[in-house]
Amino acid sequence: MTDPQLALASDIAIWAGLAVLALALISFSAHLAVTGAARQGRSDDTVPQPTALLVRTGTGTEGSATFPDAAPTSAALEPPAVDHPAGVTRRWGVLGMQLTWLATFAVLAGTLMRGLSVQRWPLGNMYEFAIVAASFALVVFCTWSLRQDRLWLGPFVVLPVMVVLVAGKIWYTEASQLMPALDNTMWLTIHVTLATLSVALFVIGAALAVTYLLRDAAERKSRVRGWLAALPQGDKLEAMTYGMHIFAFPLWTFTLITGAIWAEVAWGRYWGWDPKEVWTFVIWVVYAAYLHSRATSSWTKRQATYVALTGMLCVIINYTVVNLLITGLHSYSGVA
Amino acid sequence: MPDTQTPQRIEPTYPKDRTTMGGPRLGPLGWARWGWRQLTSMRTAILLLLLLAVAAIPGSLFPQRSVDPVRVRAFVEDNPGLAPWLDRLFLFDVFSSPWFASIYLLLMVSLVGCIVPRTAQHARALRSEPPRAPRRLSRLPALAEATVPGAPEGVLAAARDVLAAKGYRLSRAGTGDRSVTGEKGYLKETGNLIFHLAMLGVIVAFAAGHLLGWRGEIIIKEGQSWTAGPASFDTLNLGPLASTDDIPTFTVQLDRLDVAFETQTEGAQFGQPRRFDGLATVDIPGRDPEQQQFAVNHPVSVGGDSIFLLGNGYAPVVTVRDPDGQVLYSEAVTFLPQDNNYASEGAIKVTGRDPGLGLVGGFLPTLRLDPELGMTSSFPGLGDPALALTAFEGDLFADGRPQSVFTIDTEQMTQMTDADGAPVAMLLRPGEYFELPDGTTVEFEGVIRWAGLLVRHDPGRMPALALALAAAAGLTLMLGVRHRRIYVRIDPADLTPVGASRVVVTVGGLPKGTDPALQGVVDDVLGRITATAPPPPQPPTRGSDEDTP
Ligand code: HEM
Repeated sequence: MTDPQLALASDIAIWAGLAVLALALISFSAHLAVTGAARQGRSDDTVPQPTALLVRTGTGTEGSATFPDAAPTSAALEPPAVDHPAGVTRRWGVLGMQLTWLATFAVLAGTLMRGLSVQRWPLGNMYEFAIVAASFALVVFCTWSLRQDRLWLGPFVVLPVMVVLVAGKIWYTEASQLMPALDNTMWLTIHVTLATLSVALFVIGAALAVTYLLRDAAERKSRVRGWLAALPQGDKLEAMTYGMHIFAFPLWTFTLITGAIWAEVAWGRYWGWDPKEVWTFVIWVVYAAYLHSRATSSWTKRQATYVALTGMLCVIINYTVVNLLITGLHSYSGVA
Repeated sequence: MPDTQTPQRIEPTYPKDRTTMGGPRLGPLGWARWGWRQLTSMRTAILLLLLLAVAAIPGSLFPQRSVDPVRVRAFVEDNPGLAPWLDRLFLFDVFSSPWFASIYLLLMVSLVGCIVPRTAQHARALRSEPPRAPRRLSRLPALAEATVPGAPEGVLAAARDVLAAKGYRLSRAGTGDRSVTGEKGYLKETGNLIFHLAMLGVIVAFAAGHLLGWRGEIIIKEGQSWTAGPASFDTLNLGPLASTDDIPTFTVQLDRLDVAFETQTEGAQFGQPRRFDGLATVDIPGRDPEQQQFAVNHPVSVGGDSIFLLGNGYAPVVTVRDPDGQVLYSEAVTFLPQDNNYASEGAIKVTGRDPGLGLVGGFLPTLRLDPELGMTSSFPGLGDPALALTAFEGDLFADGRPQSVFTIDTEQMTQMTDADGAPVAMLLRPGEYFELPDGTTVEFEGVIRWAGLLVRHDPGRMPALALALAAAAGLTLMLGVRHRRIYVRIDPADLTPVGASRVVVTVGGLPKGTDPALQGVVDDVLGRITATAPPPPQPPTRGSDEDTP
């Protein structure tokens, strides 16, 4: 019941998406270099603004009675983006964004055709997991960039997405039907969709965490140079990192719960400490520890961010080591 | 009242970091309280969470008895030096080990110690009104200010209306007041408490399921019917607090079992199972027998419990006759699959013959003669079924020791040989038979399938589900709701021309936790206040601006 033509078209679309993403990565990097150099040259002092702005005077302080009717929702979770230095070309960044959109459509089309070729949701093996997660990450990044200037984040999203797609290609699985334990359309769809979506958000969160750590390290040494100068301030990056994780964490919680429901239906026990279940749990606990360390004053924001990156490490282990090397009930990688 | 030092966050009135409260010179009680505070501190909670994550990892690296006892046995055989040490450290039973238990028990205690004071605190906060605004708002993390025409009382009333309309709870109005506080987002803390309480409940429900539940496994062949009961399972695991009286009696007949395998795709997916389903008739005393369809993801329901289809395999039907043609044995024999292509192993024990006859060997659903591996199966479906057996003679049940039905204990037996002294070996296709040197015949009549069924009773599962959903709802509230305090202060404008009434409106916001959107909210509140504040009275008179539009 699989359609080899469609499966082939899907493979080609994913390869094309990968190629376009490589170009987008180059453009975005050029954008960071150009913007960073310009901003660094402009504010010749290497000392950035103090990171902790204790008193902020809002836009309404001018004293007039005219106020922008700031819709609070549009500002929700969105600290102001970096203002672009005037007179400096944004061409590279915009090109990168356009290429990313193109790649997004290619990857989405590839994912869709894969699903059509096997006449089910394309969520049945490692390869399909990779292309769906990549689609989610790209769609989230693209739509997020519609609202705010996110050109600076481009390389940090595009690169991990490329890694995910390449990993998918390495552990490629022929288009085919599912093994019976996975063949439960409702729970398969809900559980794995949630898993891929939250992994996509965790990946973007980790990308933000890395930018924060790099930028913050430079700020502490008062040496914000080169492309680092093109990033927003450290505390804003940190707030965005947190914002991404508080979306991803509840989604992962739902992943865990729906997985348990499915396990109950399929194997007669909702939790049995199968290796995959162990790692789902480990990831959840590590990110809970991140949220706790973020909420207490006995941990610094930097330390908390390292906990978040540990969570990402666990996600990666879960996808690679646990799928490929550890045998358990969840042996669905499809790799021989 | 903090006048000079405005806090940057809404601080809970209990100390978050309770480790700092322990002083020197403590008595036993003091130490106990210090220890309790340590245990229930956030720092300890984080440590315990990280520890729990690390402690779970070995459970995925080593085979676990609770998950796959067969693999544990194989691992122990392969690593005779290492395995006893691992076992001493409970590394084959990580999730029931004392060290894993101590981590989560400490976490539960910490959780209780955390929830109880917080719940009391939250109940108090829900009943009290927001505190009054600090004198200086300029230290707040979000601030906006504007000069608007109007009298102080009128603008203040407008500010109260704006905050109330946005759902803020307001500080009480007092005479001569020049400020108002609005607070919103109590649901965040409610969500937090629900989440942590429900987490506690999930752990309790999980434990209860293990203590009170049971699981039994049974293999049934096609056409066979089986009656449940404490003694009739192949294996039965009772929870420590469960009793055999809890096991209901019912009868299940396996009417049909269908299995299909991938034949279209090449490569690793070829031969992968694609479909297991079947029909079973369930007969519960006092009810009409009911035929149910079942599959891997669709358990058969029996009263409150469920029967799950976990495994399947082949059962060759073998008939053994003595030299006179008398039937000594005729049964469908369960063979256990050893690989993905269902190359299976099994044993036939013919006790009705003297001496006892034991036949061991393999069943291959699609026989392939591999030059190196010998007889293998190349596909899990019945392409070219073959039964390969060798024969032993002697005492089948030496010393009456219990033994597996899938192997033969050959200690007290000798392998049968033919006239040339070579071991007897037979390779049979369905319908074929083999004659042993003494004239006994072994006939391979055909193949049927068997299903491995699991009957499970877990009284904790529905409570666990309900509590997990409550936890998820609480989590959504805790992370989705913003807890904010908004202060509005009205001051007379300095450079007011005589007679004209103008005031400075200052709006300050105090977040709980990270709140990048707070400035937007503060700006919005100020915008609304200036938009709804009463217009300046045309003839500058005082006192006529009581009513707000
Ligand atoms: C089963 C283990 C636990 C899990 C999974 C868990 C999970 C969480 C999560 C996800 C948050 C949200 C953090 C945020 O607002 O960003 C949180 C908050 C919190 N947890 Fe836990 N928690 C656990 C145990 C504990 C324990 C033992 C304590 C007591 C010491 C505790 C105290 C708190 C407090 C005080 C907050 C609020 C932090 C704030 O918003 O200021 N938790 N918890």
